[in-house]
Amino acid sequence: MALLEVTQLHAAYGQTRVLHGISFAMEAGSITTLLGANGAGKTTTLRALCAMVKTQGDIRFAGERIDGRATEDIVRLGIAHVPDGRGTFVNLTTEENLRLGAYTRRDGEAVEADLERVYGYFPRLKERRAQQAGTLSGGEQQMLAVSRGLMLRPKLMLLDEPSFGLAPLVVRELFAILRAVNERERVSLLVVEQNAALALELADHAYLIETGRVVLSGTADEIKRNDAVRSSYLGY
Amino acid sequence: MEAFLHQVLAGLATGGIYASLALALVMIYQATHLVNFAQGEMAMFSTYIAWSLIDAGLPYWAAFALTVVIAFVLGVVIERVVIRPVENAPVLAVVVVFIALLVILNSVTGWIYTYTIKTFPSPFPEQPLFGIKYMSSHEMGAIGVTLAVLLLLYAFFRFTPLGLAMRAAAQNPESSRLVGIRVGWMLALGWGLAAAVGSVAGMMVAPIVYLDPNMMGGILLYAFAAALVGGVDNPGGAVFGGFLVGVLENVLGAFVIGNELKLAVALVLIIGVLVVRPSGFFGKVYVTRV
Repeated sequence: MALLEVTQLHAAYGQTRVLHGISFAMEAGSITTLLGANGAGKTTTLRALCAMVKTQGDIRFAGERIDGRATEDIVRLGIAHVPDGRGTFVNLTTEENLRLGAYTRRDGEAVEADLERVYGYFPRLKERRAQQAGTLSGGEQQMLAVSRGLMLRPKLMLLDEPSFGLAPLVVRELFAILRAVNERERVSLLVVEQNAALALELADHAYLIETGRVVLSGTADEIKRNDAVRSSYLGY
Repeated sequence: MEAFLHQVLAGLATGGIYASLALALVMIYQATHLVNFAQGEMAMFSTYIAWSLIDAGLPYWAAFALTVVIAFVLGVVIERVVIRPVENAPVLAVVVVFIALLVILNSVTGWIYTYTIKTFPSPFPEQPLFGIKYMSSHEMGAIGVTLAVLLLLYAFFRFTPLGLAMRAAAQNPESSRLVGIRVGWMLALGWGLAAAVGSVAGMMVAPIVYLDPNMMGGILLYAFAAALVGGVDNPGGAVFGGFLVGVLENVLGAFVIGNELKLAVALVLIIGVLVVRPSGFFGKVYVTRV
């Protein structure tokens, strides 16, 4: 059974329809990426999964329908959304941001352990644990956003443009950690990226979205070898 | 000199009350970016409830505790029933709702309890505490109670997961939902807490100004001034502003402009701050977040 199964998903902001019947699925433990240009509907798809935009269609998580549920309840099923723009609580400290990630958990001791584990992945955050999160650099805030998601102990993580605005070195570091999280903790990742080359290196499955529809899907290797993708998105 | 000291200390006592009410205003403001004009009347109504409970024979502190709980519940109910439906309405609509709430609470109280001025008991003894002659025991007691409330609030927001969630919900509702915080309920809780803090302010000020449905009108103005002086988005600043306004009002009233013009101090402060420094003294610095 697929971990996440989306069928004929429509979404609109007011009168403006953005998704025109998107369908895709991903297996537990996999890394799937949604590729596409600006305005294709990638971010909206992620927002739709968390009920942050009005939708029509069928969304199933571990076999259960989740469309129509409140964002807060979807989070409790184990879906962590690392949003576009990082969603930092700028006036709170780094550590308070992380603790908020574990807000729905009631296993206090495990939360403390996870805090240390996350600091293990991102030692920089530990150095800045008492610092106001708004004063962190862009890269650090992205690490914080990923870490806040991890503090939920999610089954599925939705990552919206994790590479956005980061230096290449920081991106490489971040993506290595994402891979490690996927392998060691069996967290499935759904990654939205504009940087197709980067995303295809990380992912094992990919969907190409154009103007609110899936136009191509396959394993990351197949997509990488597709001529249209190569010329339009990979640039070689 | 002695008279001056006396005025300063008395100013601190009423200042603490302004600080509490200002804090209640700031708590709502942080979450909604609106100033609750009915905050004073909510406190007044709660004080009448305390009066009824004491009148019915309850010991003072039992009535005090029960009133705080009732005020909390009332605050939550008001948010859920009255404020929630206008959550996404234009600012002006919400302001009208606040003003309506003010008028309704005022009239309902007058209708139930009449507009006759009542005395409200102080829980503190007649004789000055610890033999200090510059302050009445009620003034000292009021400062103590106020400081206890402020400390409790600070600890709640600073050290408990729920307090953290409430701060998060106030400043970033979208991210809060994404970590599973029920933002709507956090708002309601905020209203409850603000109402509870206001009820303490009401019970502490009632023995000084006496109990009548209009008792909070002037006090709310001082609280506005306090919140503005401190920066309306800064809880620590609001508390500081409260004490500052209390002392200024008392000292200026006694020595400079006379008692009749006391309220003008608050109004001048409000206008002065809005003109010179709209963000207040601590408006942009996030040092203490109570």
